[in-house]
Amino acid sequence: MKILVKWCVFALVIITTPVRAALDIVITEGIDAARPVAIVPFVWQGQGPVPASISDVVVSDLARSGTFKPLDTRALPQQNIANVAQFNVQQWHGIESEALVVGSVKPYGVDQYLVKFELIDLVKAQLEATKGPASKDSYLLENRETVISANQFRQYSHRISDIVYEKLTGIRGAFLTRIAYVVVNHEAKSPYQLMISDYDGFNEQMLLRSPEPLMSPAWSPDGRRLAYVSFENRKAEIFVQDIYSQQRTKVSSFNGINGAPTFSPDGKKLAVTLSKDGQPEIYVIDIDTKVSQRVTNHYAIDTEPSWFPDGKSLLFTSERGGRPQIYKVNLQTNKVSRMTFEGEWNLGGSITPDGRSLIFVNRTNGRYHIARMDLATRYMQVLSSTQLDESPSVAPNGTMVIYGTTYKNQQVLAAVSMDGRFKARLPVGKGAVKSPAWSPFL
Amino acid sequence: MDLNKLFKAMVIAIPLFALGACSSTSESETDASSSTSSTSGQTSGEYANGGVETGGVAPVLSPVEQQKLKEQELRRENIIYFDFDRSEVQTENAEILQAHGNYLVEHPNVKVLIEGHADERGTPEYNIALGERRAKAIAKYLQSMGVQPSQMSIVSYGEEKPLDFSRSEGGFAKNRRGVLVY
Repeated sequence: MKILVKWCVFALVIITTPVRAALDIVITEGIDAARPVAIVPFVWQGQGPVPASISDVVVSDLARSGTFKPLDTRALPQQNIANVAQFNVQQWHGIESEALVVGSVKPYGVDQYLVKFELIDLVKAQLEATKGPASKDSYLLENRETVISANQFRQYSHRISDIVYEKLTGIRGAFLTRIAYVVVNHEAKSPYQLMISDYDGFNEQMLLRSPEPLMSPAWSPDGRRLAYVSFENRKAEIFVQDIYSQQRTKVSSFNGINGAPTFSPDGKKLAVTLSKDGQPEIYVIDIDTKVSQRVTNHYAIDTEPSWFPDGKSLLFTSERGGRPQIYKVNLQTNKVSRMTFEGEWNLGGSITPDGRSLIFVNRTNGRYHIARMDLATRYMQVLSSTQLDESPSVAPNGTMVIYGTTYKNQQVLAAVSMDGRFKARLPVGKGAVKSPAWSPFL
Repeated sequence: MDLNKLFKAMVIAIPLFALGACSSTSESETDASSSTSSTSGQTSGEYANGGVETGGVAPVLSPVEQQKLKEQELRRENIIYFDFDRSEVQTENAEILQAHGNYLVEHPNVKVLIEGHADERGTPEYNIALGERRAKAIAKYLQSMGVQPSQMSIVSYGEEKPLDFSRSEGGFAKNRRGVLVY
């Protein structure tokens, strides 16, 4: 019988293995600086096994944010508590954590569940416990309840993480977001794949597979469409694809380069690189009318346009000064000004959502790293310490940058926090993973 | 109750193992069939030959014919390498491009696709621009020899199609290239 049980466990492991995410995160630096937080496993108030663990998702979300360090659940003094009424502050004496998340899951009709959660201010509770009994509700930072369906567990867990993160930091959480990226497996007949997944690598979906290269995915501001470059017709062309309906529209197919698409903040236009008139220049194309308007005019390479949040100017990479550097062009006046001066090369720039910083690839002493420049002070900080870093994409809340890098001679994705303290790697199974693009808030 | 679960697990697990077994069998079958066909090919060749060997002498060539033969040999080389972040055609590639250029001038109906490539350093989109500049440098060189622009088309793959995946200096050098595809 024991052998049978062991075999059964073994069989279950085999069955569940493929469900694991392809993008599994490895935090490489920055746990020491993180703030401790306690997440108690949510109390299951139904029959049979729990459909899914909400607290596991919240724990990994908060750990991946780089801001928090969730305490080991097994070491928490109180388990099996669902709300502040069951919370006993005496038992939490000496536990160093600023807050405590508790909750419950209860069946609620066919395929429906009632999820409740509460965020308790542990520091306040510990302070007031010394002054004598107080109303427990005064410790409550947040409490919510929602009915979800069975397939919404991960989604709603990310929502809880978003709320907890925002309550504790004042910054909107970016856990309910997606990433788009390109996977290349040279052994496959059709090696190039455009993929999307949840921000944490779960729910990976293929949007397009091609025998020829796919490049530069970029999200529309509503998170519904992706623009990208495809070589399927043996030349570079820009497509826009609806991620839900799978509908594809060819937006640009001029002679020469059709590259580096990015959506305008209103989602109606694409800034692109075209070489139809000679050298690579920046153009703005209206997606509906396909009318293109030339923005730059120089014999050197101009590429990698990126919009300022106000939609009035573009950043771009140009080697008009001899080496690739980042410039800004005003779309009304076409006036060009240089933005970067430090290091040998600076390229692939984008502005953070708050409009305060510039994120780009910096080359110093022949090494390529992700860097940030404060626009007000012009202070530049190199953020990453990996190899051959490229394609930085900023999270919609501006706290993290995801980028393409090389680890053990394989192209992988990595993430670094905006202050450079937290670093993580997202290793994968088969093939090279590159060109990540972080979606807007969903 | 527990036994019931076990059976459920087995119902799922057993077909999985069965599937695994199927795929490995079919793979070995393909291997077997391909090796058989190659063996039979060799055997028929030996019988057709009848064990006889032939010999001959090199023909006497005029200087023009000799040049043509040399260029034919050179055209087998269709890759032109570039320096880091540069797109000038190097003098050591002149002979190869001369051979391709003469051939294209003599055969105005032949068309060539010139691919531009870059190494993996820098950003993918900057490398697309660099790859195009390399392909254009080759096109310009051939045009100066009299090749018609209508015979040539250009595509830049940037760093998307490396030849060498080692990410070493030597590997980078192999990937910084222009390729002539007929």
